[in-house]
Amino acid sequence: MKYTLRYFASLADQAGCAEEIWETTLSEPRALYAELSSRHGFTLDASRLRVAINGEFADWHRALADGDEIVFLPPVSGG
Amino acid sequence: MKQFLLCADALDPQQLMQELSSHRAGAFVSFEGRVRNHNNDRAVQRLQYQAYAALAEAEGERILREASEKFAIEHACCAHRVGTLAIGDIAVWVGVSSAHRDAAFACCRYIIDEVKLRVPIWKNELYADGESGWLHPDNTPVDAG
Repeated sequence: MKYTLRYFASLADQAGCAEEIWETTLSEPRALYAELSSRHGFTLDASRLRVAINGEFADWHRALADGDEIVFLPPVSGG
Repeated sequence: MKQFLLCADALDPQQLMQELSSHRAGAFVSFEGRVRNHNNDRAVQRLQYQAYAALAEAEGERILREASEKFAIEHACCAHRVGTLAIGDIAVWVGVSSAHRDAAFACCRYIIDEVKLRVPIWKNELYADGESGWLHPDNTPVDAG
């Protein structure tokens, strides 16, 4: 599977990029975040994040499809 | 009309306010969130806001729709800055018009509180000592699903 990952705020700093294409055999957001954490050294625990798929909030256990855009959202701090 | 706006340029309350005027409205309430020069005892020089634009706009519109259903208002609007802001700049603006003041006050408060809680926008504080830090408030852990 090939996904487009976009990163924001501290996750973008830790990944060293705002966007990347990621190839993996994984098809669940939770497992994907664990894989990315070991690659990029993300310090935020998954319990503090939300996940968005193709521009909408999604469930952590939703099955991912090839080509999906996935964003792991750190706790927000607008306003 | 879009009710939630992400703006790369300075917010203009006078212009935003015009969209909300109504002959049925006897009340108008607005809130301005401004960049202050300190946070947790550290001197702040400027801020950067980053947004996941597609989702921020969708979630912002949802909040404004909810607000229109919950409160007896005429019109409401919220605009949020992205990019680099200086001390004193308006970071977020909320305006509500309604027939009577109670609904306008309550609705304005609802919108700013929900925006701060739910809209994917992040604040990076640039401190006087040259350091910076993204703020990821941890007082309410998000639902891990």
